[in-house]
Formats: sequence, structure tokens, C-alpha cells
Amino acid sequence: MTHRSVEVPVIARVEGEGALHLKVKDDQIVDLRLEIYEPPRFFEAFLAGRHFSEVPDIVPRICGICPVAYQMSAVHGLERLFRTQVPEGTRELRRLLYCGEWIESHILHVFLLAAPDFLGYDNAIELAKDEPALVKMALDIKRLGNELMAAIGGREIHPVSPRVGGFSKAPRRKDLAAFLPRLEWALGQMPGIADVVAGLPMPPFDRPAEMVSMVHSDEYPMNEGDLASTGGRAFDAVTFEQVSREVHVEHSNALHSVMADTGTPYFVGPLARINLNADRLPPVARECAARAGLSVPEPDPFFSMAARVAETAVAIEEAIRIIGAYEPPEPQMADVVPQAGRAVWVTEAPRGILYHRYDVNEDGTIREAKIVPPTAQNLRHMEEDLRRFVPGVLDRPDEELTRLCEMVVRNYDPCISCATHFLRLDIERS
Amino acid sequence: MSASTKPRVAVFKMASCDGCQLQILDAEEALLDLAGAINIVNFAEASSYMEPGPYDVTLVEGSISAPEQIEQVKEIREQSKFLIAIGACATSGGIQALRNTQDAGAFVRTIYPTPEYVKTLATSTPIADHVRVDLELTGCPIDRGQLLGALSALLAGAMPRISTSSVCVECKRRGYVCVLVAKGEPCLGPVTRTGCGALCPAFGRGCYGCFGPSQPPNTDALGRRLVDLGLPSKLVADKFRFITGWAPAFREAADAIADGRKDEEVAAP
Repeated sequence: MTHRSVEVPVIARVEGEGALHLKVKDDQIVDLRLEIYEPPRFFEAFLAGRHFSEVPDIVPRICGICPVAYQMSAVHGLERLFRTQVPEGTRELRRLLYCGEWIESHILHVFLLAAPDFLGYDNAIELAKDEPALVKMALDIKRLGNELMAAIGGREIHPVSPRVGGFSKAPRRKDLAAFLPRLEWALGQMPGIADVVAGLPMPPFDRPAEMVSMVHSDEYPMNEGDLASTGGRAFDAVTFEQVSREVHVEHSNALHSVMADTGTPYFVGPLARINLNADRLPPVARECAARAGLSVPEPDPFFSMAARVAETAVAIEEAIRIIGAYEPPEPQMADVVPQAGRAVWVTEAPRGILYHRYDVNEDGTIREAKIVPPTAQNLRHMEEDLRRFVPGVLDRPDEELTRLCEMVVRNYDPCISCATHFLRLDIERS
Repeated sequence: MSASTKPRVAVFKMASCDGCQLQILDAEEALLDLAGAINIVNFAEASSYMEPGPYDVTLVEGSISAPEQIEQVKEIREQSKFLIAIGACATSGGIQALRNTQDAGAFVRTIYPTPEYVKTLATSTPIADHVRVDLELTGCPIDRGQLLGALSALLAGAMPRISTSSVCVECKRRGYVCVLVAKGEPCLGPVTRTGCGALCPAFGRGCYGCFGPSQPPNTDALGRRLVDLGLPSKLVADKFRFITGWAPAFREAADAIADGRKDEEVAAP
């Protein structure tokens, strides 16, 4: 028997810090752990005692990449508890803000974080040297998402205008209308981007998976809807904690989510959303999915890239529709009267469903908070992906094996800051 | 300039939300231009390519909140000629410094079912509490203009100059209506450093202090004004105990208000 010990220092291009440990003996995996050592920041604990009005300024600090998702799950949940009727137009403006975040986050992942893997580059700057037009186009679309967020929220990282009750200030019609020509241009680029993704070399990976996302009767879900799984489950924010359970494992500062009844992992994010909402894809998104080779059902996590491209088209098409009909909410904010009780809500963050619960005192202070981010829900599923994927590629040299493992993890666009930033991979072979 | 003579830049992360690093990634074209003038040799969020030090300029995001980070930041300091702490976490401990006045052990028990799996320090502290820092860029997140300005100044061999005047001054300069006077909105603009362009008042709401204290901040007067607005003293103290609440000026302001409240409670019959 030969003994081999391999150390490969870093998996990069994910948000947050973690490491992957893999031990192999006689071509069998003896240990595989996705270690999350990003230090905990205790948001749920220090939310306790704070006034509800501060929540939309606190929770986005969990994640610089998807701050709007945190604001949206919070404001909707608190408004439902307080029976706040937000001004007409608020719903659409919030959806438009979310579209900006989906565009920014998805393009960031596809081009800056994931594409270099498939094309054999270390980073997007290297990729840009060989493919300048492609990278410039991607950055232009990403900037469009950023600027849309800034036009509505003041800035794209930690927007300031979303409040419980509406927006502290809503953009003028002409400020948003100015985005239309660029959005139309971006939409025209999307089928070509889908063709690029279709041409990426993807390792074969066939696995069953239970995927979970929101579903909505007449729109592609973002801020509103019930929950469903490809395994036939139907639930909602109110029953979320009965269906999904968090477990604590020694190697991770992030909790793992599993199905409470079966103890099995599940998979959230863009691919889950498309699998459960394919019939609600708008036309260009549908074309992008088809061109990228994505047809449902499709549980292969490597199709997440294709799903992100299709969803970028969803966000652009929705942004064009919303801006076309936009009238600023009047008044901008509803009066908010706090009530004691439990606020729960789920929205679709770029990486999947984001659950918030706030138990609120009569005076509007938060008594207890619980937040279940998408990456924490995916961690167990990621580990299981690796367990299923690695045996098929153990014949590869260490460098390639490492890159393939990183790609399996990166399919999920893991946000370890959310769940708790770089990943270090140690492979020990004996 | 050849790759070997270009300044070597590294980006590291401690406890944070990644938002400040994202500001660097979001500097897109500027970054591609800067990539001609600098050599980013270590930036895990953006690239698999990572070189060991020494580095000419190092940007550190995040606060020190776990035992191993103390050693890590010391090593980074040894490898760095010029170290810039970026963002509210790296310059004041960040919002996670709210634990500093509470029992972190109780925090762990609140969130994690098996507390012994979690290694954490009782406090979240700024980089400058542990190593010498050459420049601090505040903000939650940092301002891209300030960052690119600082890097350009360093490339030109000049020490960057960062304004410490207040959001309040910025508001007057831009001609914004005062949300504190006109709407009675609690606003930390009079005591908060500019850098955001007076964003919150521009969006019809009070500043919440994410760029940290201005110089010098008259927090006593503002605290009294906020209490006069009819805000309970707990909420006024909480205004200071927020994103940059562990910055000394804001910490003292919050404590003074909280102490005042205790005095009132003692004096009450």
C-alpha cells in the first residue's frame, strides 16, 4: 500500500472563510469535512433588545453580497406582524431593488468567481487578458445591477432607503427610466452569455437531490410565495422551522440544515428555483435556459451556472417591466405601529431561501431573532455532493482533483460570511 | 513598469461581511486600470493565485474576533510595508463589537446548540488594537472613491489625506434639507465623519454613524438634543451603540447616556 499525503493550500473565489478536508485510503474516502472557521458574529444575539426600526440597518451587515435579501426578509416579516399596509407601488419597487441584487450577485459569480475555473484561469483579470470583450460586457451588466440598487437604495452595499413601512425616499420616474436603454442592451446580451456557458466543459455528475424554493402562482418568486420541494413538500414561512431543522457539527461555525423528518440534506438556490418555477420564466430567460442546455427536472448542481444566467435574464426582464409601469409610492412610508408577536418571512436571496423570525415585544423591541441563510441550508448538501463526486475522480492528479472539488463547492456560490472566506483544501492520501 | 517593480498589493479578511472587499471588486474598470499600475498578489475572494509576502500595500478588512486572528494579523503586519485597515469592522470592531459590552459566552449559547464547538474571543476589536496601522479608511462599507484616492496617492509617493469633517458639513455643502431640524429625525450627522456623501439625509432619513466619529465630535450636545426629541434614553444610547459603536467617542457617548439614565432611576421616588 502506498502512503500519500497532499496539502493544497487554498480554494479561493468564495465569499467567506472555510476549508475542505479530504482523507482517502485505498481509494475510499475515510473523512470529508467542509470546515467553516469564519468566526461567528452573533447577529441573532445582539438583535435581541434592539428596536424593530433598526433591523433593516443591522441585518444587511451579515452579508455585503446580498444585503437586500436580508432587508427584504426582515421588513416583510415585521410588516405582516404589525399589519402594516405599505403604500401602493412599494411592492414593485422592492422587487426592482431585488432584481438589481440578483443581476449583480449572479454576474459576479458567473464571470468573476466561477468562469475562471471552467476556462482554466486563476481569476477574472487573467481571463480578461484573453477575453477582454466578454469580461467587459459582463462587468457592464454587473455595474448596471449595482447602479440600479444605488438608484433605489442609495448604495449597492448596505442600502439605506428600505425601511419597515416602505422607502425613506423613492426614486423619481425619470431616474429609473434612464436605465431602460441599458437594460434592453443587457437583455440582448443574455442569449449569447447562455451560449458561452453551454460551451463550458462540465464534469458529468448525476445525483438525486431534494430541491427547495419558493413558489408563487403568477410570478417568478422573490419576495412573496409559499415553499415547495421537488420531493413533494408544500410548506411556508410559518411552518419552516417544523420542516427544516438546524444541526451543529464540530468542524463548522455554521449550522447545517436538514429536513426535520428524514434528517436528509436539501438544496436551495437558482437551480432549485428554476426546477420549481420553470413555467413562470419570462421569454428571454426561458430561451437562455434552453440555450444553456438546462431543462427541468435537472438536479445536477453544475447546471447552477446556467440557472444563474437564466435568472439574470429574469431579473432584467422584470426590471424592464417594473420600470415601464413605475409610479413613485405616495406617501413613501406607511405609519408603523408595533405589536407583540412573532414575525416570520422567507424571500429568495440570490443563493436561495432566506428565513427570518423575530419575536417582538409590545414596545417594538426584538426579544429573539432567528436567521437561516441559504448557504447554511446548502452546507450539508455540499458535503454530500463531494462524497458522491470525489470517488469518480480519484484517479486525477492532486491539482486537478483540488480544482474539481473547488468547483463542486463553488456551484453553490457559497457565502460563508452569511453562513459564517477562503477555503483551504487538505487532501491526505494513504 | 515590469511586473517585478510594480507595488505588490494584498487583501486580507478577518471577521466581516465581505462588503468592503466587494467595494474593491466593484471598482471593476478602475481595478483593471490599477492592475496595470499595481500587482494584486493575494486576494482570496477574487483569485486562486496567491503569493506570500512581503507586500508593499496591504488592505485588511474585518475585526479581530477569534484567537487565531491575533497571530494572523501580526504575521500580516510583519509582511507589510504599508497597512491600511478598511471599513468599520477593521477600524472600530464593527457591529459585531456589540458583544463587547455583553457576555459573549451567553451569545454562543444563544445561537449554537453545542457551544464548545465554537472558538471565539469575548470581544471584537479593531486592527489597530493589535498591530500598527498606517492608514484607516472607515465606512460600512468603505467609499470606493476614498480607497482609489488613497491607493493613487500612495502610488504617487504621497501620504493619503482623509477628511475627518462631519456628515453635517457635507449636508450643508450639498444643500440638503436637515432631517433633524425639518423632520425631527434622529440623525448622527453632526458627530459622524463624512465619506458617504451624506447619503442618509439625501434619502430622507437620519445618519446612523457608519463612518464613525468625526473630529471633534460633540456627542454630549447631540445626545441631549435626541433626548429632547422625546426619544427614550435607551434608544439614544443605542444610536451610538451601533455599526461603529466601539469607537471610543461613540462608546463614551453611549455610556454617558446610559449612566444618566441610571442616575434618573436612582433619583426617582
